[in-house]
Amino acid sequence: MSIAAARITFDKVSVRFDTPAGGYMHVVDDVSYQIHDREFVSVIGPSGCGKTTMMNIVAGFMKPSSGTVMLDGKPISGPGSDRGVIFQEYGVFPWLSVKDNIAFGLNLRANRASPKEREEICQRYMRLMGLEDFADAWPRMLSGGMRQRLALARAYAVKPQFLLMDEPFGALDAQTRTAMQDLLLEVLSAEGKTVMLITHSVEEAVYLSNRIIVMTARPTRIREIIDVPFPYPRTADLHERKEFGELRAHVRHLVMQEYAQQSKQKQS
Amino acid sequence: MRRAALIIAPWLAMLASWYGIRYSGFINPALVPTPHEVAARSVELMGSRLPMDIFMSTRRVFLGVLCGIALAVPVGFILGWYKTIRTFIDPLINFFRALPPIALIPLVIVYFGVDELAKIVILFYASFFAGVIVMYEGISQISPIYVRVARTLGASDGEIFRKVIIPLAVPHMLTALRVALGVAWATLVASELIAAQQGLGALIQNAGSFFQLDIIYVGIICIGFIALFMDLGLRAIARRFVSWQERIA
Repeated sequence: MSIAAARITFDKVSVRFDTPAGGYMHVVDDVSYQIHDREFVSVIGPSGCGKTTMMNIVAGFMKPSSGTVMLDGKPISGPGSDRGVIFQEYGVFPWLSVKDNIAFGLNLRANRASPKEREEICQRYMRLMGLEDFADAWPRMLSGGMRQRLALARAYAVKPQFLLMDEPFGALDAQTRTAMQDLLLEVLSAEGKTVMLITHSVEEAVYLSNRIIVMTARPTRIREIIDVPFPYPRTADLHERKEFGELRAHVRHLVMQEYAQQSKQKQS
Repeated sequence: MRRAALIIAPWLAMLASWYGIRYSGFINPALVPTPHEVAARSVELMGSRLPMDIFMSTRRVFLGVLCGIALAVPVGFILGWYKTIRTFIDPLINFFRALPPIALIPLVIVYFGVDELAKIVILFYASFFAGVIVMYEGISQISPIYVRVARTLGASDGEIFRKVIIPLAVPHMLTALRVALGVAWATLVASELIAAQQGLGALIQNAGSFFQLDIIYVGIICIGFIALFMDLGLRAIARRFVSWQERIA
Protein backbone atom coordinates (compact mmCIF):
# COMPACT_ATOMS: atom_id res chain seq x y z
CA MET A 1 0.00 0.00 0.00
CA SER A 2 2.82 2.40 0.78
CA ILE A 3 3.89 2.60 -2.86
CA ALA A 4 0.38 3.55 -4.01
CA ALA A 5 -0.22 7.24 -4.68
CA ALA A 6 -1.69 9.39 -1.94
CA ARG A 7 -5.23 10.34 -3.01
CA ILE A 8 -6.35 12.30 0.03
CA THR A 9 -3.74 14.34 1.86
CA PHE A 10 -4.23 16.19 5.14
CA ASP A 11 -1.32 18.58 5.63
CA LYS A 12 -1.11 20.36 9.00
CA VAL A 13 -4.86 20.86 9.09
CA SER A 14 -6.45 22.89 11.88
CA VAL A 15 -10.06 23.96 12.24
CA ARG A 16 -11.44 26.60 14.57
CA PHE A 17 -15.06 27.67 14.75
CA ASP A 18 -16.36 30.97 16.02
CA THR A 19 -18.88 30.32 18.75
CA PRO A 20 -22.03 32.43 19.15
CA ALA A 21 -20.71 33.53 22.54
CA GLY A 22 -17.91 35.37 20.75
CA GLY A 23 -15.10 32.98 21.52
CA TYR A 24 -13.80 30.25 19.31
CA MET A 25 -13.67 26.50 19.50
CA HIS A 26 -10.59 24.62 18.43
CA VAL A 27 -11.81 21.45 16.77
CA VAL A 28 -8.98 19.97 14.70
CA ASP A 29 -5.38 20.61 15.68
CA ASP A 30 -2.50 20.19 13.25
CA VAL A 31 -3.53 16.92 11.69
CA SER A 32 -1.53 15.33 8.86
CA TYR A 33 -2.17 11.99 7.20
CA GLN A 34 -2.63 10.44 3.80
CA ILE A 35 -5.16 8.04 2.38
CA HIS A 36 -3.82 6.00 -0.53
CA ASP A 37 -5.44 4.63 -3.65
CA ARG A 38 -8.03 1.91 -2.95
CA GLU A 39 -7.36 2.11 0.74
CA PHE A 40 -10.10 1.73 3.32
CA VAL A 41 -9.31 4.07 6.19
CA SER A 42 -11.47 4.37 9.29
CA VAL A 43 -11.31 7.43 11.50
CA ILE A 44 -12.35 6.68 15.05
CA GLY A 45 -12.45 8.81 18.19
CA PRO A 46 -14.74 10.19 20.91
CA SER A 47 -18.02 11.64 19.70
CA GLY A 48 -17.91 15.35 18.96
CA CYS A 49 -14.12 15.26 18.55
CA GLY A 50 -14.05 16.63 15.01
CA LYS A 51 -14.11 13.49 12.86
CA THR A 52 -17.11 14.70 10.89
CA THR A 53 -15.44 18.07 10.41
CA MET A 54 -12.55 16.34 8.68
CA MET A 55 -14.92 14.44 6.43
CA ASN A 56 -16.84 17.62 5.60
CA ILE A 57 -13.60 19.20 4.44
CA VAL A 58 -12.87 16.30 2.09
CA ALA A 59 -16.47 16.38 0.87
CA GLY A 60 -16.03 20.07 0.08
CA PHE A 61 -18.61 21.45 2.51
CA MET A 62 -16.07 23.49 4.48
CA LYS A 63 -12.48 24.67 4.46
CA PRO A 64 -9.81 24.23 7.12
CA SER A 65 -8.77 27.32 9.10
CA SER A 66 -5.14 26.53 8.34
CA GLY A 67 -3.26 23.83 6.51
CA THR A 68 -4.49 22.15 3.34
CA VAL A 69 -6.50 19.12 2.34
CA MET A 70 -5.72 17.88 -1.14
CA LEU A 71 -7.36 15.47 -3.47
CA ASP A 72 -4.87 13.94 -5.91
CA GLY A 73 -2.50 16.80 -5.13
CA LYS A 74 -5.04 19.56 -5.78
CA PRO A 75 -6.82 21.69 -3.16
CA ILE A 76 -10.54 20.93 -2.78
CA SER A 77 -12.77 23.67 -4.17
CA GLY A 78 -16.21 22.26 -3.33
CA PRO A 79 -18.41 19.18 -3.42
CA GLY A 80 -18.28 17.01 -6.51
CA SER A 81 -19.51 13.71 -7.83
CA ASP A 82 -16.01 12.21 -7.69
CA ARG A 83 -16.62 11.88 -3.94
CA GLY A 84 -19.68 9.91 -2.95
CA VAL A 85 -20.88 10.84 0.53
CA ILE A 86 -22.99 8.56 2.71
CA PHE A 87 -24.64 10.18 5.73
CA GLN A 88 -25.94 8.53 8.86
CA GLU A 89 -29.41 9.95 8.19
CA TYR A 90 -29.36 8.50 4.63
CA GLY A 91 -30.63 11.64 2.87
CA VAL A 92 -32.75 9.53 0.53
CA PHE A 93 -35.02 11.87 -1.48
CA PRO A 94 -38.54 11.18 -0.20
CA TRP A 95 -40.25 12.60 -3.29
CA LEU A 96 -38.54 10.17 -5.68
CA SER A 97 -39.13 6.44 -6.10
CA VAL A 98 -36.29 4.06 -5.32
CA LYS A 99 -35.28 3.89 -8.95
CA ASP A 100 -35.49 7.66 -9.47
CA ASN A 101 -33.32 8.15 -6.40
CA ILE A 102 -30.61 6.03 -7.98
CA ALA A 103 -31.04 7.83 -11.29
CA PHE A 104 -30.90 11.30 -9.69
CA GLY A 105 -27.18 11.84 -10.22
CA LEU A 106 -27.35 10.42 -13.74
CA ASN A 107 -29.86 13.09 -14.75
CA LEU A 108 -27.58 15.95 -13.71
CA ARG A 109 -25.50 17.86 -16.21
CA ALA A 110 -22.28 16.86 -14.42
CA ASN A 111 -22.72 13.16 -15.16
CA ARG A 112 -25.58 12.83 -17.59
CA ALA A 113 -26.11 9.33 -18.94
CA SER A 114 -28.15 8.19 -21.93
CA PRO A 115 -31.54 6.66 -21.08
CA LYS A 116 -30.25 3.21 -21.92
CA GLU A 117 -27.13 3.61 -19.82
CA ARG A 118 -29.19 5.02 -16.97
CA GLU A 119 -31.53 2.06 -17.04
CA GLU A 120 -28.59 -0.36 -16.97
CA ILE A 121 -26.93 1.40 -14.05
CA CYS A 122 -30.19 1.53 -12.07
CA GLN A 123 -30.86 -2.15 -12.68
CA ARG A 124 -27.34 -3.16 -11.73
CA TYR A 125 -27.34 -1.36 -8.40
CA MET A 126 -30.88 -2.32 -7.53
CA ARG A 127 -29.82 -5.94 -8.05
CA LEU A 128 -26.58 -5.50 -6.10
CA MET A 129 -28.35 -3.81 -3.18
CA GLY A 130 -31.35 -6.12 -3.21
CA LEU A 131 -33.81 -3.39 -4.15
CA GLU A 132 -35.19 -4.79 -7.45
CA ASP A 133 -38.58 -5.52 -5.98
CA PHE A 134 -38.89 -1.96 -4.70
CA ALA A 135 -38.02 -0.03 -7.87
CA ASP A 136 -41.25 2.01 -7.79
CA ALA A 137 -41.69 2.15 -4.01
CA TRP A 138 -41.53 5.43 -2.08
CA PRO A 139 -38.62 5.66 0.36
CA ARG A 140 -41.01 6.00 3.31
CA MET A 141 -42.00 2.38 2.72
CA LEU A 142 -38.42 1.15 3.19
CA SER A 143 -36.68 -0.01 6.36
CA GLY A 144 -33.60 1.80 7.67
CA GLY A 145 -31.25 -0.78 6.21
CA MET A 146 -32.91 -0.55 2.81
CA ARG A 147 -32.70 3.24 2.84
CA GLN A 148 -29.01 3.05 3.56
CA ARG A 149 -28.58 0.54 0.71
CA LEU A 150 -30.47 2.95 -1.52
CA ALA A 151 -28.18 5.82 -0.46
CA LEU A 152 -25.19 3.62 -1.28
CA ALA A 153 -26.65 2.65 -4.67
CA ARG A 154 -27.34 6.31 -5.48
CA ALA A 155 -23.77 7.29 -4.57
CA TYR A 156 -22.31 4.40 -6.57
CA ALA A 157 -24.40 5.20 -9.66
CA VAL A 158 -22.33 8.30 -10.49
CA LYS A 159 -19.10 6.25 -10.27
CA PRO A 160 -17.28 8.20 -7.56
CA GLN A 161 -13.62 7.39 -6.97
CA PHE A 162 -13.95 8.12 -3.30
CA LEU A 163 -16.50 7.02 -0.77
CA LEU A 164 -16.84 9.21 2.32
CA MET A 165 -19.02 7.72 5.00
CA ASP A 166 -20.09 9.45 8.18
CA GLU A 167 -21.25 6.80 10.62
CA PRO A 168 -23.30 5.25 7.85
CA PHE A 169 -24.58 2.33 9.87
CA GLY A 170 -24.95 4.10 13.21
CA ALA A 171 -28.74 4.18 13.10
CA LEU A 172 -29.19 0.53 12.18
CA ASP A 173 -29.83 -2.43 14.46
CA ALA A 174 -26.96 -4.86 15.09
CA GLN A 175 -28.00 -7.53 12.58
CA THR A 176 -28.70 -5.06 9.77
CA ARG A 177 -25.45 -3.36 10.55
CA THR A 178 -23.44 -6.57 10.15
CA ALA A 179 -25.24 -7.36 6.90
CA MET A 180 -24.51 -3.85 5.60
CA GLN A 181 -20.83 -4.18 6.46
CA ASP A 182 -20.59 -7.40 4.47
CA LEU A 183 -22.52 -5.85 1.60
CA LEU A 184 -20.14 -2.89 1.60
CA LEU A 185 -17.09 -5.19 1.44
CA GLU A 186 -18.73 -7.14 -1.37
CA VAL A 187 -19.50 -4.02 -3.40
CA LEU A 188 -16.00 -2.68 -2.80
CA SER A 189 -14.43 -5.90 -4.01
CA ALA A 190 -16.43 -5.59 -7.23
CA GLU A 191 -15.70 -1.87 -7.72
CA GLY A 192 -12.80 -0.61 -5.67
CA LYS A 193 -12.95 2.85 -4.16
CA THR A 194 -10.76 4.88 -1.86
CA VAL A 195 -12.78 4.93 1.34
CA MET A 196 -12.82 7.19 4.38
CA LEU A 197 -15.15 5.93 7.08
CA ILE A 198 -16.03 7.89 10.19
CA THR A 199 -17.20 5.54 12.90
CA HIS A 200 -17.72 5.04 16.61
CA SER A 201 -17.55 1.29 16.39
CA VAL A 202 -14.18 -0.32 17.03
CA GLU A 203 -15.51 -3.63 15.76
CA GLU A 204 -16.61 -2.04 12.50
CA ALA A 205 -13.32 -0.21 12.01
CA VAL A 206 -11.21 -3.34 12.54
CA TYR A 207 -13.45 -5.50 10.38
CA LEU A 208 -13.58 -3.16 7.39
CA SER A 209 -10.35 -1.15 7.21
CA ASN A 210 -6.80 -1.35 5.94
CA ARG A 211 -5.85 1.29 8.44
CA ILE A 212 -7.45 2.88 11.45
CA ILE A 213 -6.71 6.44 12.51
CA VAL A 214 -7.46 6.90 16.20
CA MET A 215 -8.19 10.54 17.06
CA THR A 216 -7.87 12.22 20.44
CA ALA A 217 -10.51 14.21 22.30
CA ARG A 218 -11.08 17.80 21.12
CA PRO A 219 -9.08 19.62 19.80
CA THR A 220 -8.46 16.44 17.92
CA ARG A 221 -5.01 15.18 16.98
CA ILE A 222 -3.88 11.82 15.71
CA ARG A 223 -3.43 9.46 18.63
CA GLU A 224 -2.22 6.51 16.63
CA ILE A 225 -2.42 5.07 13.13
CA ILE A 226 -2.91 1.32 13.12
CA ASP A 227 -2.43 -1.06 10.21
CA VAL A 228 -4.98 -3.82 9.99
CA PRO A 229 -3.13 -6.84 8.58
CA PHE A 230 -6.05 -9.11 7.63
CA PRO A 231 -6.29 -9.74 3.87
CA TYR A 232 -9.48 -9.20 1.86
CA PRO A 233 -11.93 -10.72 1.15
CA ARG A 234 -12.93 -10.75 4.78
CA THR A 235 -15.80 -12.82 6.07
CA ALA A 236 -17.75 -12.88 9.31
CA ASP A 237 -15.58 -15.63 10.84
CA LEU A 238 -12.78 -13.05 11.07
CA HIS A 239 -14.57 -11.71 14.14
CA GLU A 240 -13.76 -14.97 15.95
CA ARG A 241 -10.01 -14.96 15.25
CA LYS A 242 -7.59 -14.36 18.10
CA GLU A 243 -5.58 -11.69 16.23
CA PHE A 244 -8.79 -9.83 15.47
CA GLY A 245 -9.69 -9.86 19.14
CA GLU A 246 -6.28 -8.57 20.15
CA LEU A 247 -6.32 -5.73 17.65
CA ARG A 248 -9.87 -4.84 18.64
CA ALA A 249 -8.83 -4.75 22.30
CA HIS A 250 -5.91 -2.48 21.49
CA VAL A 251 -8.00 -0.01 19.51
CA ARG A 252 -10.77 -0.08 22.09
CA HIS A 253 -8.25 0.66 24.83
CA LEU A 254 -7.03 3.76 22.95
CA VAL A 255 -10.52 4.99 22.23
CA MET A 256 -11.67 4.49 25.83
CA GLN A 257 -8.69 6.48 27.07
CA GLU A 258 -9.74 9.35 24.83
CA TYR A 259 -13.31 9.17 26.04
CA ALA A 260 -12.00 9.35 29.62
CA GLN A 261 -9.87 12.34 28.65
CA GLN A 262 -12.89 14.02 27.08
CA SER A 263 -15.09 13.63 30.15
CA LYS A 264 -12.26 14.96 32.33
CA GLN A 265 -12.10 18.06 30.09
CA LYS A 266 -15.82 18.58 30.43
CA GLN A 267 -15.65 18.50 34.20
CA SER A 268 -12.78 20.96 34.49
CA MET B 1 -71.63 1.87 1.77
CA ARG B 2 -70.55 2.09 5.38
CA ARG B 3 -68.28 4.98 4.45
CA ALA B 4 -71.12 6.83 2.75
CA ALA B 5 -73.28 6.36 5.84
CA LEU B 6 -70.50 7.71 8.08
CA ILE B 7 -70.10 10.76 5.88
CA ILE B 8 -73.82 11.52 5.76
CA ALA B 9 -74.54 10.84 9.45
CA PRO B 10 -73.17 14.11 10.94
CA TRP B 11 -75.07 16.13 8.31
CA LEU B 12 -78.29 14.36 9.16
CA ALA B 13 -77.60 14.91 12.85
CA MET B 14 -77.15 18.61 12.22
CA LEU B 15 -80.37 18.77 10.24
CA ALA B 16 -82.18 16.90 13.02
CA SER B 17 -80.92 19.27 15.72
CA TRP B 18 -81.93 22.22 13.54
CA TYR B 19 -85.49 20.86 13.47
CA GLY B 20 -85.18 20.05 17.16
CA ILE B 21 -84.31 23.61 18.07
CA ARG B 22 -86.97 25.01 15.79
CA TYR B 23 -89.75 22.91 17.33
CA SER B 24 -88.42 22.80 20.90
CA GLY B 25 -90.59 25.72 21.91
CA PHE B 26 -87.74 27.52 23.63
CA ILE B 27 -87.14 29.77 20.70
CA ASN B 28 -89.43 32.13 18.89
CA PRO B 29 -90.25 30.29 15.61
CA ALA B 30 -89.97 33.56 13.71
CA LEU B 31 -86.24 33.64 14.52
CA VAL B 32 -85.40 30.20 13.12
CA PRO B 33 -86.65 29.23 9.67
CA THR B 34 -87.06 25.49 9.12
CA PRO B 35 -84.63 23.63 6.86
CA HIS B 36 -87.36 22.96 4.31
CA GLU B 37 -88.24 26.66 4.19
CA VAL B 38 -84.60 27.48 3.56
CA ALA B 39 -84.43 24.76 0.91
CA ALA B 40 -87.52 26.12 -0.81
CA ARG B 41 -86.11 29.64 -0.69
CA SER B 42 -82.80 28.52 -2.19
CA VAL B 43 -84.62 26.80 -5.06
CA GLU B 44 -86.52 30.03 -5.64
CA LEU B 45 -83.34 32.13 -5.53
CA MET B 46 -81.58 29.72 -7.84
CA GLY B 47 -84.06 30.88 -10.46
CA SER B 48 -83.24 34.55 -9.86
CA ARG B 49 -80.16 36.16 -8.34
CA LEU B 50 -78.34 33.29 -6.61
CA PRO B 51 -76.30 31.99 -9.60
CA MET B 52 -74.90 35.47 -10.20
CA ASP B 53 -74.14 35.92 -6.48
CA ILE B 54 -72.25 32.64 -6.43
CA PHE B 55 -70.38 33.54 -9.58
CA MET B 56 -69.36 37.01 -8.33
CA SER B 57 -68.24 35.75 -4.93
CA THR B 58 -66.34 32.80 -6.34
CA ARG B 59 -64.63 35.08 -8.82
CA ARG B 60 -63.60 37.51 -6.11
CA VAL B 61 -62.26 34.74 -3.89
CA PHE B 62 -60.50 33.16 -6.83
CA LEU B 63 -58.80 36.38 -7.95
CA GLY B 64 -57.92 37.43 -4.41
CA VAL B 65 -56.40 34.07 -3.55
CA LEU B 66 -54.63 33.82 -6.88
CA CYS B 67 -52.92 37.19 -6.42
CA GLY B 68 -52.31 36.57 -2.71
CA ILE B 69 -50.68 33.20 -3.26
CA ALA B 70 -48.75 34.36 -6.30
CA LEU B 71 -47.01 36.80 -3.97
CA ALA B 72 -47.02 34.64 -0.84
CA VAL B 73 -45.14 31.76 -2.45
CA PRO B 74 -42.00 33.65 -3.45
CA VAL B 75 -42.02 35.86 -0.35
CA GLY B 76 -42.64 32.88 1.95
CA PHE B 77 -39.93 30.99 0.15
CA ILE B 78 -37.36 33.75 0.61
CA LEU B 79 -38.26 34.19 4.27
CA GLY B 80 -38.09 30.45 4.88
CA TRP B 81 -34.82 29.96 3.09
CA TYR B 82 -32.84 32.97 4.35
CA LYS B 83 -32.89 32.97 8.12
CA THR B 84 -31.32 36.42 8.45
CA ILE B 85 -34.01 38.07 6.34
CA ARG B 86 -36.67 36.27 8.37
CA THR B 87 -35.33 37.71 11.62
CA PHE B 88 -36.06 41.24 10.39
CA ILE B 89 -39.21 40.69 8.39
CA ASP B 90 -41.00 38.34 10.75
CA PRO B 91 -42.23 41.03 13.21
CA LEU B 92 -43.53 43.08 10.28
CA ILE B 93 -45.48 40.14 8.89
CA ASN B 94 -46.96 39.38 12.28
CA PHE B 95 -47.94 43.03 12.72
CA PHE B 96 -49.95 43.03 9.52
CA ARG B 97 -51.26 39.54 10.00
CA ALA B 98 -52.88 40.53 13.27
CA LEU B 99 -54.92 43.29 11.65
CA PRO B 100 -58.41 42.07 10.81
CA PRO B 101 -59.21 42.79 7.15
CA ILE B 102 -62.50 44.35 8.21
CA ALA B 103 -60.61 47.09 10.04
CA LEU B 104 -58.95 48.06 6.79
CA ILE B 105 -62.16 48.58 4.87
CA PRO B 106 -62.37 52.36 5.37
CA LEU B 107 -58.80 52.74 4.11
CA VAL B 108 -59.37 50.43 1.19
CA ILE B 109 -62.39 52.49 0.18
CA VAL B 110 -60.30 55.66 0.33
CA TYR B 111 -57.47 54.23 -1.73
CA PHE B 112 -59.19 51.77 -4.04
CA GLY B 113 -62.73 53.07 -4.28
CA VAL B 114 -65.83 50.92 -4.03
CA ASP B 115 -65.45 48.86 -7.16
CA GLU B 116 -64.44 45.28 -7.75
CA LEU B 117 -60.79 46.11 -7.11
CA ALA B 118 -61.48 47.11 -3.51
CA LYS B 119 -63.06 43.75 -2.70
CA ILE B 120 -60.24 41.83 -4.31
CA VAL B 121 -57.69 43.89 -2.39
CA ILE B 122 -59.28 42.82 0.90
CA LEU B 123 -59.24 39.16 -0.13
CA PHE B 124 -55.71 39.51 -1.43
CA TYR B 125 -54.61 40.92 1.90
CA ALA B 126 -56.23 38.12 3.84
CA SER B 127 -54.90 35.31 1.67
CA PHE B 128 -51.41 36.72 1.33
CA PHE B 129 -50.77 36.84 5.07
CA ALA B 130 -52.37 33.47 5.67
CA GLY B 131 -50.37 31.89 2.85
CA VAL B 132 -47.03 33.50 3.53
CA ILE B 133 -46.87 32.14 7.09
CA VAL B 134 -47.67 28.59 6.04
CA MET B 135 -45.18 28.78 3.22
CA TYR B 136 -42.24 30.05 5.22
CA GLU B 137 -42.84 27.79 8.19
CA GLY B 138 -42.80 24.86 5.78
CA ILE B 139 -39.75 25.95 3.83
CA SER B 140 -37.74 26.71 6.96
CA GLN B 141 -38.27 23.13 8.11
CA ILE B 142 -36.76 21.57 4.98
CA SER B 143 -33.76 19.52 6.06
CA PRO B 144 -30.50 20.81 4.58
CA ILE B 145 -29.30 17.24 4.06
CA TYR B 146 -31.09 16.89 0.71
CA VAL B 147 -29.23 19.89 -0.67
CA ARG B 148 -25.96 18.46 0.59
CA VAL B 149 -26.62 15.08 -0.93
CA ALA B 150 -27.53 16.66 -4.27
CA ARG B 151 -24.29 18.63 -4.22
CA THR B 152 -22.21 15.53 -3.61
CA LEU B 153 -23.92 13.95 -6.61
CA GLY B 154 -22.74 16.86 -8.74
CA ALA B 155 -25.81 19.11 -8.85
CA SER B 156 -25.34 22.78 -9.79
CA ASP B 157 -27.19 25.56 -7.95
CA GLY B 158 -29.86 25.67 -10.67
CA GLU B 159 -30.33 21.92 -10.57
CA ILE B 160 -30.62 21.96 -6.80
CA PHE B 161 -33.35 24.57 -7.05
CA ARG B 162 -35.29 22.74 -9.76
CA LYS B 163 -34.80 19.16 -8.63
CA VAL B 164 -34.61 19.41 -4.85
CA ILE B 165 -36.08 22.64 -3.53
CA ILE B 166 -39.12 22.85 -5.80
CA PRO B 167 -40.30 19.29 -5.11
CA LEU B 168 -39.88 19.93 -1.39
CA ALA B 169 -41.76 23.26 -1.65
CA VAL B 170 -44.78 21.95 -3.57
CA PRO B 171 -46.56 20.40 -0.57
CA HIS B 172 -46.18 23.65 1.35
CA MET B 173 -47.50 25.63 -1.60
CA LEU B 174 -50.59 23.45 -1.71
CA THR B 175 -51.12 23.81 2.04
CA ALA B 176 -50.69 27.57 1.77
CA LEU B 177 -53.28 27.60 -1.00
CA ARG B 178 -55.73 25.62 1.11
CA VAL B 179 -55.31 27.86 4.13
CA ALA B 180 -55.60 30.99 1.98
CA LEU B 181 -58.80 29.73 0.37
CA GLY B 182 -60.32 29.05 3.77
CA VAL B 183 -59.39 32.51 5.06
CA ALA B 184 -60.62 34.16 1.86
CA TRP B 185 -64.08 32.60 2.13
CA ALA B 186 -64.18 33.65 5.75
CA THR B 187 -63.32 37.22 4.73
CA LEU B 188 -65.69 37.33 1.77
CA VAL B 189 -68.64 38.83 3.63
CA ALA B 190 -66.40 41.56 5.01
CA SER B 191 -65.09 42.40 1.56
CA GLU B 192 -68.63 42.61 0.21
CA LEU B 193 -69.48 45.15 2.87
CA ILE B 194 -68.00 47.58 0.36
CA ALA B 195 -71.00 48.63 -1.69
CA ALA B 196 -71.52 45.25 -3.29
CA GLN B 197 -74.69 44.72 -5.32
CA GLN B 198 -73.99 41.10 -6.05
CA GLY B 199 -72.24 38.30 -4.21
CA LEU B 200 -73.13 36.00 -1.35
CA GLY B 201 -71.95 38.53 1.21
CA ALA B 202 -74.17 41.18 -0.37
CA LEU B 203 -77.07 38.73 -0.41
CA ILE B 204 -76.65 38.11 3.31
CA GLN B 205 -76.36 41.78 4.19
CA ASN B 206 -79.35 42.84 2.11
CA ALA B 207 -81.43 40.06 3.61
CA GLY B 208 -80.27 41.17 7.05
CA SER B 209 -81.64 44.67 6.56
CA PHE B 210 -85.05 43.22 5.63
CA PHE B 211 -84.99 40.54 8.33
CA GLN B 212 -85.20 37.78 5.73
CA LEU B 213 -83.66 35.07 7.89
CA ASP B 214 -84.20 32.28 5.39
CA ILE B 215 -82.17 34.13 2.75
CA ILE B 216 -79.38 34.71 5.27
CA TYR B 217 -79.30 30.97 5.86
CA VAL B 218 -79.21 30.30 2.11
CA GLY B 219 -76.20 32.57 1.74
CA ILE B 220 -74.35 31.07 4.66
CA ILE B 221 -74.97 27.52 3.47
CA CYS B 222 -73.79 28.41 -0.05
CA ILE B 223 -70.52 29.85 1.26
CA GLY B 224 -69.96 26.77 3.38
CA PHE B 225 -70.58 24.35 0.56
CA ILE B 226 -68.52 26.17 -2.06
CA ALA B 227 -65.60 26.40 0.33
CA LEU B 228 -65.99 22.73 1.18
CA PHE B 229 -66.01 21.64 -2.46
CA MET B 230 -63.02 23.80 -3.31
CA ASP B 231 -61.10 22.28 -0.45
CA LEU B 232 -62.02 18.76 -1.53
CA GLY B 233 -60.86 19.58 -5.05
CA LEU B 234 -57.56 20.94 -3.79
CA ARG B 235 -57.01 17.89 -1.64
CA ALA B 236 -57.57 15.64 -4.62
CA ILE B 237 -54.97 17.62 -6.54
CA ALA B 238 -52.60 17.51 -3.57
CA ARG B 239 -52.95 13.75 -3.35
CA ARG B 240 -51.79 13.40 -6.93
CA PHE B 241 -48.83 15.74 -6.56
CA VAL B 242 -47.49 14.72 -3.20
CA SER B 243 -48.35 11.05 -2.92
CA TRP B 244 -44.81 10.49 -1.66
CA GLN B 245 -45.70 12.13 1.64
CA GLU B 246 -46.63 10.12 4.66
CA ARG B 247 -49.90 11.94 5.13
CA ILE B 248 -51.81 14.46 3.14
CA ALA B 249 -52.38 17.60 5.15
